[in-house]
Amino acid sequence: MKGNEAIAEAAIRCGVDGYFGYPITPQSEVMETLMLLKPWETTGMVVLQAESEIASINMVYGGAGCGKKVMTSSSSPGVSLMQEGLTYLAGAELPCVVVNVVRGGPGLGTIQPAQSDYFQSVKGGGHGDYKLIVLAPASVQEMADFVELAFDLAFKYRNPALILSDGMIGQMMEKVELKPYKNRWTNEEIDQLHPWATTGKPAERERNIITSVELDPNAFERFNHKLQDKYRKMQEEEVRCEQFNCEDADYLLVAYGSSARICQKAMELARAKGLKVGLLRPITLFPYPTREIQALLGHVKGILSVELSEGQMVEDVRLAVDGKVKVEHFGRVGGVVHSPEEVVEALERKIIGG
Amino acid sequence: MNEEIIIAGFGGQGVLSMGKILAYSGVMQDMEVSWMPSYGPEMRGGTANVTVILSDSRISSPILKMYDTAIILNQQSMDKFEPFVKPGGVLIYDGNGITRHPERKDIQVYRVDAAEEAARMQSPKTFNMIVLGGYLKIKPLVSLDNVMLGLKKSLPERHHRLLPMNQAAIERGGEIIYKVEA
Repeated sequence: MKGNEAIAEAAIRCGVDGYFGYPITPQSEVMETLMLLKPWETTGMVVLQAESEIASINMVYGGAGCGKKVMTSSSSPGVSLMQEGLTYLAGAELPCVVVNVVRGGPGLGTIQPAQSDYFQSVKGGGHGDYKLIVLAPASVQEMADFVELAFDLAFKYRNPALILSDGMIGQMMEKVELKPYKNRWTNEEIDQLHPWATTGKPAERERNIITSVELDPNAFERFNHKLQDKYRKMQEEEVRCEQFNCEDADYLLVAYGSSARICQKAMELARAKGLKVGLLRPITLFPYPTREIQALLGHVKGILSVELSEGQMVEDVRLAVDGKVKVEHFGRVGGVVHSPEEVVEALERKIIGG
Repeated sequence: MNEEIIIAGFGGQGVLSMGKILAYSGVMQDMEVSWMPSYGPEMRGGTANVTVILSDSRISSPILKMYDTAIILNQQSMDKFEPFVKPGGVLIYDGNGITRHPERKDIQVYRVDAAEEAARMQSPKTFNMIVLGGYLKIKPLVSLDNVMLGLKKSLPERHHRLLPMNQAAIERGGEIIYKVEA
């Protein structure tokens, strides 16, 4: 199954109420698969092709405000169009899931894989002090598994969650084990689980209001502090990463998503040459595994951050390392994918030899 | 066991579906598999290629630089991928339309004239299955039973009546492939 197809299958199975999207390569298979599977006839899930990405994200806003599990997916230029909607969702503290199957930019760019939307994803692509929960799948299995995980985290923190994938993970096929079907929440369950949702005002409580506007600066400062408390809690409790051969590593590769897969092979090649190389794969990009990287600085002499970009995540690695060891970036861009051999060569040139 | 394969040719030759059938066959045989296609406009009449990995352990990178086996179905792909067969590896090609034959002496070269054979069998669409049959003769990593199960899985049900024809093509491929001596 393709990564994009896995997203669609997993969405139906974890009880998503609505998907709103607009086609764009390399993620069009998400909506194509949903249309083929017709979940409206089985689970009752709504699948709708909106007139644009801007419409999609605002339909998500509406659905999320009602306490429903709603999502959209797109690729880089489409996700740029969604940024206004995303900052409103974050400001209104609404849970939802957005999938970005990244392609090369800037501009309309290319349809081939890239990882150059890291800044947009983890630093807040829209205006204001907000964060998205960002998950980076590195396999088709994780494309499936992270849909449910993203919804769990989104509802736990009342915050939008982003699955940051790319054309490679979206288009490739691998084996995948799908979870059993779960029922969608009933209206009663939504009222019980999400008392903030706008499901109609009963006599015994005040109206629920979903908004991101607050004209009193003091109140809005308090609200901003509350958001930051939430992000700090995520940083404390939700960091996820995977480590390969890090215990005895002299040199460390840090990579996520498709690049992490390539780096696994690069690590094997380097180990075969007698170089003690480890790989740390961030699974959450926000919150970032800062402490996990710091914990390795006792024995690691140099770090290469590998990303299909001109060097975005490397800034977070440098913040974690705080000048203690050398940190460099390597990555092909514009839709070109680096090979494991190129990663080893870059590691030798920039870190070991440099 | 870890077999890293590139299949490359023109869009429309059935390159991607051949890779898909091989990957599904691996799944049927309980292997780990990955299938990474070229995609987008290059598939429309240009060159198409797919990287398939069959392994008995977890697969790391689905994108590679060097391959155990290259299956090459047009001249552009020959020029592009011949240098990237691992020393001692296998290159299988169809001679149809090839103007520059493989030149490397440190790899094993096989030829399967599948286009010609498909024309003779009057079923041009089984071209890719003839090639697959040739490959499986040289690298019998998956059994014919599992290949047929893989084929069944990747063909839409309305085409299942074509399974015997495809099986015949796979078997024919195994018969006509031959080694090109260096």
